[in-house]
Amino acid sequence: MTELASRVAPPYPQPSERIKFYGLWAATVLLLLVLPRLFGSGGALTTFSLIGISIIFSLSYNILLGQTGLLSFGHAVYYGLGGFLAIHAVNLIGANKLPIPLPFVPLIGGMTGLFFAALLGWVSTQRSGTAFAMISLGVAELIASSALILRTFFGGEAGISANRTKLIRFFDWNFGPQIQIYYLVAAWTVIAIIAMYALTRTPFGRMCNAVRDNPERVQFVGYDPHVIRYLAFCFAGFFAGIAGALAAINFEIANSAYLGAVQSGTVLFSTYIGGVGYFIGPIVGAIFVTALSLGLSDLTSVWQLYFGLFFIAVVTFAPGGITGLLMMHRPLLKGGTLAKVVPYYLISLVPTLAMIAGLVLAIETVVHHTVNPGEDPNIRAFGISFNASSPITWLAALVLVVAGFYVARKTWIRLAHAWDEAMTAARDKGHST
Amino acid sequence: MTAPAIEIKDVQKSFGNITIIRDLNLSVAQGERHALIGPNGAGKSTTFNLITGYIAPTSGTVKLRGEVISGLPPYQINRRGLSRSFQVTNVFTNMSVWENLRCAVLWTAGHRYSFWKNIDNLPEVRDRTAEILSDIGLAARRDVPAGLLTYAEQRALEIGITVAGGADVILLDEPTAGMSHAETERAVTLIRRLTEGRTLMIVEHDMSVVFGLADRISVLVYGQVIATGTPEQIRSDPKVREAYLGEEAA
Repeated sequence: MTELASRVAPPYPQPSERIKFYGLWAATVLLLLVLPRLFGSGGALTTFSLIGISIIFSLSYNILLGQTGLLSFGHAVYYGLGGFLAIHAVNLIGANKLPIPLPFVPLIGGMTGLFFAALLGWVSTQRSGTAFAMISLGVAELIASSALILRTFFGGEAGISANRTKLIRFFDWNFGPQIQIYYLVAAWTVIAIIAMYALTRTPFGRMCNAVRDNPERVQFVGYDPHVIRYLAFCFAGFFAGIAGALAAINFEIANSAYLGAVQSGTVLFSTYIGGVGYFIGPIVGAIFVTALSLGLSDLTSVWQLYFGLFFIAVVTFAPGGITGLLMMHRPLLKGGTLAKVVPYYLISLVPTLAMIAGLVLAIETVVHHTVNPGEDPNIRAFGISFNASSPITWLAALVLVVAGFYVARKTWIRLAHAWDEAMTAARDKGHST
Repeated sequence: MTAPAIEIKDVQKSFGNITIIRDLNLSVAQGERHALIGPNGAGKSTTFNLITGYIAPTSGTVKLRGEVISGLPPYQINRRGLSRSFQVTNVFTNMSVWENLRCAVLWTAGHRYSFWKNIDNLPEVRDRTAEILSDIGLAARRDVPAGLLTYAEQRALEIGITVAGGADVILLDEPTAGMSHAETERAVTLIRRLTEGRTLMIVEHDMSVVFGLADRISVLVYGQVIATGTPEQIRSDPKVREAYLGEEAA
């Protein structure tokens, strides 16, 4: 029988593939270790820490969305509760001088996320689809409003704060400086990524995919899809709790915003933009969205609007997210036909950027006249100054959008043709994925 | 005497005040190949749904090897050794052929909800999946997502998933529907081979398949079995000719 398996089963990975696989992990760890040497400023370290937290949170969300096909609108509940319990734990440990150092506190957050997911998930995971989405939204609203009512636990509007340096030292680290928090987050990020990756490679992980694809058929191969969904929900809650605890440690505060709808929306957003179809997708999305939200909020006051537009664009034109878009090019790269499409990309970039610039100009002008009417019309957005009341600006915006779109459309069609040809050529060489 | 593989007793199924199945009685012996035929809307698929737990009977009982299974959810019934295929192809579309078959093997291999084992490190699962893969003749299509297979390949995968778990009672719902003559012949050979030594119950419209494959045939009309017997008995039964075969021939 093993003879047959060796003939028709997928081959075991070659030593070279194994080296590549473990090399990638080692390179990631190495990168995380040297990153503070390259960008050592406090701001950069905070950004990295937030990205790490967002990676864990987004990956935990993708256990639901990408792997099990569960669209949750309330994943921040488990993130937030993990954060609150972590803050209370830090205060409790500090006040009682308990022998628990800070690096273990995220585990308390994780257990909290797991506990509440186990408690609240049984009913909501009975069904997938709309029923699950609606229940997740209801539970999220319930918990978010309790956060403002149960003041002793959630601290009302102000939240609960803590001093992370009061805990016993961990190998001489008191976790006051941001660099130590960075390493703490980095270590947990690596642990969480490995754990969640390993989870996808287990019988349970594969059955999650099966439930996503066809819950009905799953029942006829012996599995209860409800149990699969419930377990996935518990795992997602656990890792979300770890992320929430790290956020609470990072900011030394937990407040109601942690478990609110905005937080739940952001994680959906990051995960989807990154790409739900690939394990690495949420990682890409978390990096992209965190960096962009920090960067964009410096450039314009309506950065959320741009995020919304970007999200719509991804859903409409690239449902596979950034990772899906990149992976589409894999056959071209393997088949050596990528060079055929690059010129067309560059050509279409010019009118497309012109169109986007016109759109931005129009948006900023409208924002000025609706949000700050009567103020100085000379405004700055994206580092460029312009007069929002000048007809020339309006005309420029109009011309850029209309002409940009008109020209861009033609270049997109040519790009699509070039793409098809390159893809066909790659397929002929035997590279279809 | 051993208990019949499937025994349906006085089963009735109503949706609202419309009765689809009335006083259904049917018995399939262990190791038998039993075909269920009847005109469209006779309740053949509903009968399958009743046996496999997809829907529960309004009254009456279904027994699997003497044990009552009516009222149990599908996965419980499946774990007792009964597996079915679907009339409309019902596979895991985004997953490869290999993953499809492997998912169907996992439960009986005892791995259940295991989240601590590496799925690529389960030799018996690998062997069993490879065996089914080569049985259904899709070895060359191993890594193709099921949604991208041709129709006939999807039907073969459908049967593969059904038998992969090693259930000894197999229900196939129109396995050759929509197939060309050559494809049908290949499918029948496949079914014959894969269900060797097991109990088979099959719903089928193609009479050459039915008469070629079945040991016994039951004819279902308006939710009732009007005749059960060997192919010869069914062929010569005047009631059957009138209700069903007569229409076909005309």
